[in-house]
Amino acid sequence: MEKFSTHTGVGVPLRQSNVDTDQIIPAVYLKRITRTGFEDALFAAWRKDPAFILNQEPFSAGSVLVAGPDFGTGSSREHAVWALKDYGFKAVLSSRFADIFRGNSGKQGLLAAEVAQDDIELIWKVLENAPGTEVTVDLGSKTVMCGNVVAPFEIDDYTRWRLLEGLDDIGLTLQHEEDITAYEATRPAFKPKTLPARLS
Amino acid sequence: MAKTLAEKVWDAHVVRKGDGEGANAQPDLLYIDLHLVHEVTSPQAFEGLRLAGRPLRRPDLTIATEDHNTPTLDIDKPIADLTSRTQIQTLRNNCKEFGVRLHSLGDAEQGIVHVVGPQLGLTQPGMTVVCGDSHTSTHGAFGALAMGIGTSEVEHVMATQTLSLKPFKTMAINVEGTLRPGVSAKDIILAVIAKIGTGGGQGYVLEYRGSAIRALSMEARMTICNMSIEAGARAGLVAPDQTTYDYMYGRPHAPQGAEWDAAVEYWNTLRSDDEATFDVEVDLDADTLEPFVTWGTNPGQGVSLSAKVPSPEDFGDENAKAAAERALQYMGLEAGTPMKEIRVDTVFLGSCTNSRMEDLRAAADIIRGRTKDPNIRMLVVPGSARVRLEAEAEGLDKVFKDFGAEWRFAGCSMCLGMNPDQLEVGERCASTSNRNFEGRQGKGGRTHLVSPVVAAATAVRGTLSSPSDLDPAPESAAVRSSAA
Ligand code: SF4
Repeated sequence: MEKFSTHTGVGVPLRQSNVDTDQIIPAVYLKRITRTGFEDALFAAWRKDPAFILNQEPFSAGSVLVAGPDFGTGSSREHAVWALKDYGFKAVLSSRFADIFRGNSGKQGLLAAEVAQDDIELIWKVLENAPGTEVTVDLGSKTVMCGNVVAPFEIDDYTRWRLLEGLDDIGLTLQHEEDITAYEATRPAFKPKTLPARLS
Repeated sequence: MAKTLAEKVWDAHVVRKGDGEGANAQPDLLYIDLHLVHEVTSPQAFEGLRLAGRPLRRPDLTIATEDHNTPTLDIDKPIADLTSRTQIQTLRNNCKEFGVRLHSLGDAEQGIVHVVGPQLGLTQPGMTVVCGDSHTSTHGAFGALAMGIGTSEVEHVMATQTLSLKPFKTMAINVEGTLRPGVSAKDIILAVIAKIGTGGGQGYVLEYRGSAIRALSMEARMTICNMSIEAGARAGLVAPDQTTYDYMYGRPHAPQGAEWDAAVEYWNTLRSDDEATFDVEVDLDADTLEPFVTWGTNPGQGVSLSAKVPSPEDFGDENAKAAAERALQYMGLEAGTPMKEIRVDTVFLGSCTNSRMEDLRAAADIIRGRTKDPNIRMLVVPGSARVRLEAEAEGLDKVFKDFGAEWRFAGCSMCLGMNPDQLEVGERCASTSNRNFEGRQGKGGRTHLVSPVVAAATAVRGTLSSPSDLDPAPESAAVRSSAA
């Protein structure tokens, strides 16, 4: 995973709450079996509408999505994060993220920055009045800057550390493999096993 | 120290406590007892293992089934849709390569992953259960800590049999009283979601408690826990009791003999201590509950079936108002229309929320001896091949077919429309599934979430209906009890 410290790019105002993962990437795209190449799938239904924000210049080249509250609700599909990343987004700002989406983002190096709704409104205004304005997201200082708006954002310390260091999850855990083996030795015998299969 | 049920299960699975304290605490590393796998969220995880040259640590704690993409007709023919076929074939190849038990289409244990686990007795109290699917919360009905995970977490569990997790807050959902006839578990959970909102459970594990929950069967408890995610919570659970043990006893993977006794002794400790405190408590009165139905495009946009379509003006919050406006437009509804006057085109009885034997029986009891509204298409999709077989053994398939419904093979089907079972643009559906998002059941499709008995009554009348709206049926209940 690449290290993330700071990013500056065109901000995209998405004035909408409850953007669920079915909107971020509709189910039909989940049939793919690869990990990349989901850029065409991002907001696929909405992108059919020429008025949709990502169909407008200069927003189509955006890399910081500024969304309403409750972003990423619904299905746990990680494809939502892949699609955002493949399209070119590096960060999403919202006043509230769904837990699973937030977790998935952290693991994939997409920054989910929690920004107060009042500040989101201010950023929306800047981006709408001056389309193409860049947004800077600085993970070190946990601040976001856009035009004359400077706002703090929240992210849990652990995810922040991992993003800054670019650390992969599994490798981190396997550093503690002895603990896992030790725990396994203490599991009660009545816990079920799937193998060998018992059938009704 | 007094602990809640969720905390007890958590503590019993800590492999390694995260470093640090309070807000700076790193996640705990938790051991995972059961990993359920299906074709949609696993290919990239297997690919990841392969790329890193890592084995799957515990194939004996892992089980896979095909459900999201599978056709519900002509299951003996090759799957027509090429990408669906590829995804299923990829799962088969991966399971073979990594030694994972798989129940494929055509197998008697194939079905929706959340129906299969409990049915085989693999889901048990006090376990940690994960799956790359948000409705894994279903398994919480057994007093398990069960949650949906993303694909990179799937890979993590495959490689390490553990998951790094930050502790949750706890929320008690107290449901006291007795449900009236025609009111069911689905109505409880839809009412909970309408009350706390789709984000209300975020960051919490919900524990459903109270006399109304204790009185529910296991399948009904699964319906409730299933939709915890629709309230924003990653997990929801119910303390195990005699109902749980009776359901589990004798299932293929339930403990046997002395192990059963040891297990029950442990399971009996799995309840929230009397002195334990929840971070939040929510109360719901079961006595006054009515059948519930959604009018909008998120599961929190629901009302009593006897109510009217709300107006955006009813919402104080600007975001909720805007969301309501958008939802009404998408749903093609006028504020003020009585819910019961809304005509539907399709009735879907299925999904991991409501596709088990009890759901099918409850719906069959309503339609038996009645005639379907001629304009309605009704799809009945059992949750698993085993449920289908059991239902056929009871003659339920015949009840549905005589009524004019389509009796299909098991799978997720129209819950998410990844297979050919989809709504057309503008088509309106009364669905026993769990998500009414825009386009969820097919592009432009309009979904009203309902219970199985409301779905059945709706199929009879053609408009959203509760069983109490039906004219008395000729001796339907009597027929069933004499047959049983
Ligand atoms: S039935 Fe629906 S909600 Fe359940 S696992 Fe399948 S797609 Fe997901």
